Amino acid sequence: MIRFDGVTKQYDTGSGTTSVAVDHLSLEAPTGKITVLVGPSGCGKTTTLRMVNRMISPSSGTISIDGRDTASMDVAELRRGMGYVIQHAGLFPHRTVLDNVTTVPRLLGVDKRSARARAMELIERVGLDPDLARRYPAQLSGGQQQRVGVARALAADPPVMLMDEPFSAVDPVVREQLQNEFLRLQSELSKTILFVTHDIDEAVKLGDQVAVLRIGGVLAQLATPATLLSDPVDDFVAGFVGRDRGYRALSFAAAPELRLEPEPTVPLGASAEQVRATGATWVICVGESGEPLGWVRAAAVTESVTRDLLHRGGTVASTDGSLRALLDAALSSPSGRGVVADTEGRFVGTIRASEVVPVIEARQAAST
Amino acid sequence: MTWALDHLDEILTRAVQHAWLAGLPLVLGLLIALPLGWLANRKAWIHGTLLTTTGLLYTIPSLALFILLPSILGTKILDPVNVIIAMTVYTVALLTRTVADGLSAVDPATRQAAVAMGFGPVARVRSVDLPLAIPVVAAGLRVAAVSNVSIVSVASLIGISQLGYFLTDGYARTFPTEVWVGIVACVLLALVFDLVILGIAWLLTPWTRVRA
Ligand SMILES: Nc1ncnc2c1ncn2[C@@H]1O[C@H](COP(=O)(O)OP(=O)(O)OP(=O)(O)O)[C@@H](O)[C@H]1O
Ligand SMILES: [Mg+2]
Repeated sequence: MIRFDGVTKQYDTGSGTTSVAVDHLSLEAPTGKITVLVGPSGCGKTTTLRMVNRMISPSSGTISIDGRDTASMDVAELRRGMGYVIQHAGLFPHRTVLDNVTTVPRLLGVDKRSARARAMELIERVGLDPDLARRYPAQLSGGQQQRVGVARALAADPPVMLMDEPFSAVDPVVREQLQNEFLRLQSELSKTILFVTHDIDEAVKLGDQVAVLRIGGVLAQLATPATLLSDPVDDFVAGFVGRDRGYRALSFAAAPELRLEPEPTVPLGASAEQVRATGATWVICVGESGEPLGWVRAAAVTESVTRDLLHRGGTVASTDGSLRALLDAALSSPSGRGVVADTEGRFVGTIRASEVVPVIEARQAAST
Repeated sequence: MTWALDHLDEILTRAVQHAWLAGLPLVLGLLIALPLGWLANRKAWIHGTLLTTTGLLYTIPSLALFILLPSILGTKILDPVNVIIAMTVYTVALLTRTVADGLSAVDPATRQAAVAMGFGPVARVRSVDLPLAIPVVAAGLRVAAVSNVSIVSVASLIGISQLGYFLTDGYARTFPTEVWVGIVACVLLALVFDLVILGIAWLLTPWTRVRA
């Protein structure tokens, strides 16, 4: 557990004036959990993070890790016990990917061979092709560099990870992949993570708890993502959390067991007669293992069901997904019936928005 | 041409002497400029003072330095050590700024990452700042090498044997061939230095040759 106790950081801004970057911050980042620090630019997120590994020293207050005051620890030892990942990765351009990843274990005196073996393992684990190990950072894409940055931070298996906007310099598609893989890794590794971002969606997606900071480095709210969306403490947090928060909060509500409508399905290549025999206007087309491929409009089938006849606008909700996914599946479906698949991805039935909404209302009634 | 072939032995001997007088100071100067350049980056006032001082050193006329050094160091006027020391001073004058620039050119994100991984100041310079400064330092070394080869030739005026002898001697005897031989030999020597520095830098910086 990382614990901030009344931590303040003032910067000298010359000619006797000071500016407060972090103001009496008290906060606990629980062991094995992701704590996200989020807030507008300049609100002191980076300063807060860097005070943990003493790249910046607090003006007052204490930061302790598992009860040990960091100020009393040897600084090199403290830092080697924490992975640090930053925007643009900060890889060593003159070292290969493999040598970048082995940096901290080598500093800790691990012999070259075992450091390399472990590095190769990590390189694969963060989703990189092992062939990339011999390359230099300049030969990698931004997303690949970021993965190497994560592997390097994990190399000495530190219990704590400090991450400063690690995914903000890559395009949205890659960012989402990195986020998903990050969550998968964390579910295996259970590190104590302090994660900085200015993107509230990222905060809500990744955090076990989210700390919203306002300008001047004051903690505005510390809460789980669901609470943050449903119950922001003031106008600043509400404004920062943004629009659509009622809808987005549904991401955290597990879908209950609902009675699904059965649907007639047709395989790819089914004849026009087969399709018409179902009697429906829109028919679900399923693949070989029963996975939903898309809706097909019966009237559009002249000979047989081909891929280019499939309507792909609809999203698929999972039986173990969220209420948001269920509602979205219904709203995005051309037939008005949302497609639901089981945990193995096989089509099980459909649901209408009008059936999801009462469940949402019942939840609200129960929580007030 | 025949003159050059007849005097090949002498040319080679003087070329080797010239190479020593210009090359050894290059190495010594680099060894001194490295810590100085590092120091210059520590504090703004050190930076200013150090770079101004070393810059001024370069403006001392070489002949004056060759003549003054024996009285300062207590060496004999004909001692090649004077030339070595004078050339080292010039090398330091040229390289300190280059080293300071090279060491500070590291991407801030890379430097922060190094600090956060627990590199101490010395380890960081050795494993991160210095290797990344190699291309810049090598460029500075090439300039210093050419400059050294040309300044060393002046030392023939105080009677120290090297390629410059052909210039003064040829001039005194109004024998242009000999002057030309001296010039060509100097250029060739500078070229050899340049290639050696380029080659070493090439070997030390494989990462600069990959597609960026
Ligand atoms: N070395 C410094 N000297 C003076 N002021 C500083 C210094 N470093 C940061 N600050 C100020 O402290 C405040 C907090 O900076 P910090 O870098 O922690 O913000 P941040 O939340 O990480 O912002 P961003 O989202 O833009 O990265 C800012 O107002 C900044 O100008
Ligand atoms: Mg920041």
